Amino acid sequence: MTREQFRPENHPNDHFLLTTVVGSYKKPKWLDRARELLEDEDASFDEDDWEEAADDAARLITEEHERSGLDAVVDGEMRRNEMVEYFAHLIEGYEFNGRVKVWGHNYFDKPSVVENVEYGQEWLVDEFEFTDSVAERPVKVPITGPYTLASWSFNEVYDDDEALAYDLADLVNEEIERLVDAGAKYIQIDEPALATTPDDHAIVGNCLDRIVENVPEDVRIGLHVCYGDYSRIYPEMLDYPVDEYDLELCNGNYEQLDVFTEHEFTKDLALGVVDVHVAEVEPVAEIKENIKKGFEIVPPEQLTVSPDCGLKLLPREVAYGKMENMVQAAREVEEELDAGEIDVGLAAPTSD
Amino acid sequence: MSEVVTTTPGLYPLPDWAKDELSDLKGHQKADLIDGTEGEAIEDAYGRVRSEYVDRQQSAGLDRIVEGQGRWDDMIAHPLAVADAVDTRGIVRYYDNNNFYREPVVTGDLAATGDVAAELDAASEQVDAGLQAVLPGPYSLADLATDEHYGDDAAFLDAISEFLIEEIAEFPDVETLFLLEPSLVENPPGDGADERASEAIDAVAAAADADVVAHTYWGALDEKVYAHLMDADVDAIGFDFVADHEDNVYNISEYGTKDDIALGIVDGQNTLVEEPETIAERIEWVDDNTPSTDFETIYATINTETFYLPVNKYEAKLDALAAVNKEVISA
Repeated sequence: MTREQFRPENHPNDHFLLTTVVGSYKKPKWLDRARELLEDEDASFDEDDWEEAADDAARLITEEHERSGLDAVVDGEMRRNEMVEYFAHLIEGYEFNGRVKVWGHNYFDKPSVVENVEYGQEWLVDEFEFTDSVAERPVKVPITGPYTLASWSFNEVYDDDEALAYDLADLVNEEIERLVDAGAKYIQIDEPALATTPDDHAIVGNCLDRIVENVPEDVRIGLHVCYGDYSRIYPEMLDYPVDEYDLELCNGNYEQLDVFTEHEFTKDLALGVVDVHVAEVEPVAEIKENIKKGFEIVPPEQLTVSPDCGLKLLPREVAYGKMENMVQAAREVEEELDAGEIDVGLAAPTSD
Repeated sequence: MSEVVTTTPGLYPLPDWAKDELSDLKGHQKADLIDGTEGEAIEDAYGRVRSEYVDRQQSAGLDRIVEGQGRWDDMIAHPLAVADAVDTRGIVRYYDNNNFYREPVVTGDLAATGDVAAELDAASEQVDAGLQAVLPGPYSLADLATDEHYGDDAAFLDAISEFLIEEIAEFPDVETLFLLEPSLVENPPGDGADERASEAIDAVAAAADADVVAHTYWGALDEKVYAHLMDADVDAIGFDFVADHEDNVYNISEYGTKDDIALGIVDGQNTLVEEPETIAERIEWVDDNTPSTDFETIYATINTETFYLPVNKYEAKLDALAAVNKEVISA
């Protein structure tokens, strides 16, 4: 199993519910200003100044994650402006033509694929190495998956988005090999586009086969999907070559829990236990109940505890409060598990 | 001998200056979006947007000029979003796209607002000939909305049709009316509902003193839905030949079509800009593959709304479409 390597040396309980986050986090206001300065041709603020600012922000948020007690941390994706744009700028074959509407006055600089995609500049190795150097805890690396990179671009070249996604999957594989060489042990593939087009789950599976090629077995690979009808991808998704599925379920009040109980959940489940669309910090007791819902799907050995999705839309103090309470809730549930006090589903002592 | 008329279904992307200016003036939250009561500064900005849209179409040389629908924050659900007795609630997905609109929930008796008529009045000041109105078709508008007042689907569709008929009554003179009916493809009506959808379109079309095109997109209609739609007295049905050319040709061969036709042959959702020659070839292809029909007017159009595109590409597509050599096709 890839999980035990993340158990801290001083972990207080026998049971270990790995606590982590999905990745994105609200940027400090001064970092947004730094980006504006970088883009302002009249300002003397240059690329080196930006790097320094981004390092400061990444250090700040990584340490904030550690302070909350998380077992595996992220830098809050401080260097990334958006989950598709960031990568498209680094991949050869993409071009940008301007902003398009998402809703109301919210826009996205949707890129166009105008030539066959090729590996251009390095994507995430510097980010990982910096975060790893400032973090005491293991670092998780979120990376936008090829299916989402393909779906959320204009495709001017490939016969269809499937062909584009496979070429992008080879690039993601190349990046993951570099990350692994740099020491990364926990990588999360983000595929939010799968939720909106679940009929394409086989394409995502084929992409993942390409992504994990030559990746050592001790590297933990997760897949994050959010806001979809899971019945259309489960149990088929269990065949994907990943260790862990990170699913948003809290926002839907766990109404889709039953989807996962009909067939045995044979992989690890990273269960969303706090809602990222509610700007109030859930009390520890409520989060504990949410964690216990996970035991209806998997035993404690297979449960990871996480927010539903990235925390970037929440005020920082609220995001921090959610992480802190989430960790405390996980530790209290572990204690109760150690004491044999929990008899929910697959956590019941008799289910051993 | 067919006459080729170049046009678009409207709903253009805001110019980049307007994206910035209007988001500063209005804000980014759902309560900040258009409700029909905007103040002077916002109205002024939209006036400049409209003027730019009309200028751009005229300089490209399109035969029909739309207002551009820059104010339609909620896409084709817009006419309800500005109506009384409608609550705009959560943000919901717009068809199968990565776009969202505010769900309009009808909570009382609907009444026309004159909102779309006012936009057309303003545009008409700049347009001497060829003004084209754009409205959601009744089936799609009912499909995008939620009814908490009329009680059943048939009554709700009737109410939506009546609402559109009242809106049309306030229009200035227009040459053409495009009724956008993507829901007929994306969420097709079943038995009984298919006939009602056709009757609703017929009723709305009858209210317009203009050539009416019932334009469908994102695929081809189910056979039965198409057969019913043919019963509606519209001047043309619009087909999305970018998304699906085979099934559209099949429907036309099996059931015929109106004397006029609208061909969606420029892709409104991809930045790849078609050459005028390619567009002409697509029109010829349809003409060649529907030997039993002889069209009087062929509306050559972008298949979908164009707000999906960045501004430079949508403009390039207007230019390419307007540059189609019509002699080749109508010969």
